[in-house]
Amino acid sequence: MNVASVSTAIPTVVRPPLDVSGLNERISIKDLNFYYGDHKALKDISIPLYKNKVTAFIGPSGCGKSTLLRILNRMYDLYPNQRADGHVTLDGKDILSPKQDLNLLRARIGMVFQKPTPFPMSIYENVAFGIRLYEKLSKAELDDRVESALRRAALWEEVKGKLNANGLSLSGGQQQRLCIARTVSVRPEVILFDEPCSALDPISTAKIEELIDELKSEYTIVIVTHNMQQAARVSDFTAFMYLGELVEFDTTTQMFTAPRDKRTQDYITGRFG
Amino acid sequence: MAAESTVMNSLYARRRRRNVITMVLSLCATLLGLGWLVLILGVLLWEGFSGLSLRVFTEMTPPPGSSGGLLNAIAGSVVITALAVVIGTPIGMLAGTYMAEYGRHEKLTSVVRFINDILLSAPSIVIGLFIYEVVVRPMGHFSGWAGAIALAVIVIPVVVRTTEDMLMLVPDSLREAAASIGLPRSMMITRIAYRAAKAGIVTGILLAVARISGETAPLLFTALNNQFWSTNMNAPVASLPVVIFQFALSPYKDWQALAWTGALIITFAVLALSVSARALSSTRKQS
Repeated sequence: MNVASVSTAIPTVVRPPLDVSGLNERISIKDLNFYYGDHKALKDISIPLYKNKVTAFIGPSGCGKSTLLRILNRMYDLYPNQRADGHVTLDGKDILSPKQDLNLLRARIGMVFQKPTPFPMSIYENVAFGIRLYEKLSKAELDDRVESALRRAALWEEVKGKLNANGLSLSGGQQQRLCIARTVSVRPEVILFDEPCSALDPISTAKIEELIDELKSEYTIVIVTHNMQQAARVSDFTAFMYLGELVEFDTTTQMFTAPRDKRTQDYITGRFG
Repeated sequence: MAAESTVMNSLYARRRRRNVITMVLSLCATLLGLGWLVLILGVLLWEGFSGLSLRVFTEMTPPPGSSGGLLNAIAGSVVITALAVVIGTPIGMLAGTYMAEYGRHEKLTSVVRFINDILLSAPSIVIGLFIYEVVVRPMGHFSGWAGAIALAVIVIPVVVRTTEDMLMLVPDSLREAAASIGLPRSMMITRIAYRAAKAGIVTGILLAVARISGETAPLLFTALNNQFWSTNMNAPVASLPVVIFQFALSPYKDWQALAWTGALIITFAVLALSVSARALSSTRKQS
């Protein structure tokens, strides 16, 4: 089939603007630019992130989706020569402000990474560690919190008999759920997932996706993924990024059934990326 | 076709011949190298064991002609080595931590790394002379402290290097994970990075101990020697390498025998340290 004839065949989609009534905009990204040294990696990004919704960032490698995610908890601050300008507000407060306390911000906005990163300590300690950072609890209270975090991460049944085993002794999928438990244990309000399943097998992936679906009742969730089926399965909203720009932001249903932009259409139909 | 296969065969036969020759040569080289080691260990065991008795560990170094042991020298070595590690390890670890965690992109770090590499290969006699000038001369006398400081100067670059290397091996993803739950950098280092790098850093310290436990030159200029039991670090203190040096050079048979025994003790102490360092680093690889 001829590519050109297909692209001309796409009808221009006319849709009403997004209905956001009843949605609570937890994080607003406005006119955000990001630089790695002199290289401008993100250009004028504006996206709303809604409470109790899952927002997916999709796009080909190098489009800036992970970069965008790592701005939300100021992870880029760990490295020199990386800088953001523009506005990112969490509940109306600008988190890019130099006055923002990074440790407190990161306690409110948790992150789960591409590769599982358990700390080199026991399963119990991996979860208890974060809790102890901010709360002074009795042993019994701490035990309860660890258990509830592990339950929330759907890992409790598998590890309850070996809480003292090293976190690194678990399988990849279990390690990733342990990391989710660790993130949840600090009681964040927002959870960022950076390609959380790209190192996992399909069964573990299904478990994590199920988990994300459950977690959204309590948290605002943002997920970066290069797996479009995954974005379609788990997210309510999708942002398609390309070459550092936001091409399109819409509900996931709209995006995957009737994208507005031709580049989005090409990407989600697998024509490039 | 036939011509081609003869060419291939003659080429192949030549390659096989060359292989055999090279194998024989490298085997000879290996045997030659290992042979010396076996000879050294054999003579050491033979001479050392014949003088080995309980007295070695219970009596002081004797005057020539009477019986005695190496107790004061062993104790002196242990104390001086321990002090050197106690002084050198924190300095080395702090410097290495700065280089790997805080100053990774600083110019200072590359300067320090360069100087540290020079210090790492500095002849120990130069370090002994240096400490003689800056510690022994101002104090006016030889002392155990001066010996410990001299050995600490040897420990520091080893620990700096291993600490930096081991911390660099800790993946950045672990640092990011620690930061992502709101862990301050200092706690990330002490609670996460050190824990992940622990086996490697301990191995480095053990290797530093192995290195200094045989050092003679720096002690000759600093701790000197002491024929008697002394735990006064402000005075000259005996140590195994210096006693071996002195006794082995002496014309007295019984002193020479004690020197052999001392050499045997040091060799096995270093061997034990190396083996435990190896065991530790292999557990690190497993985890």
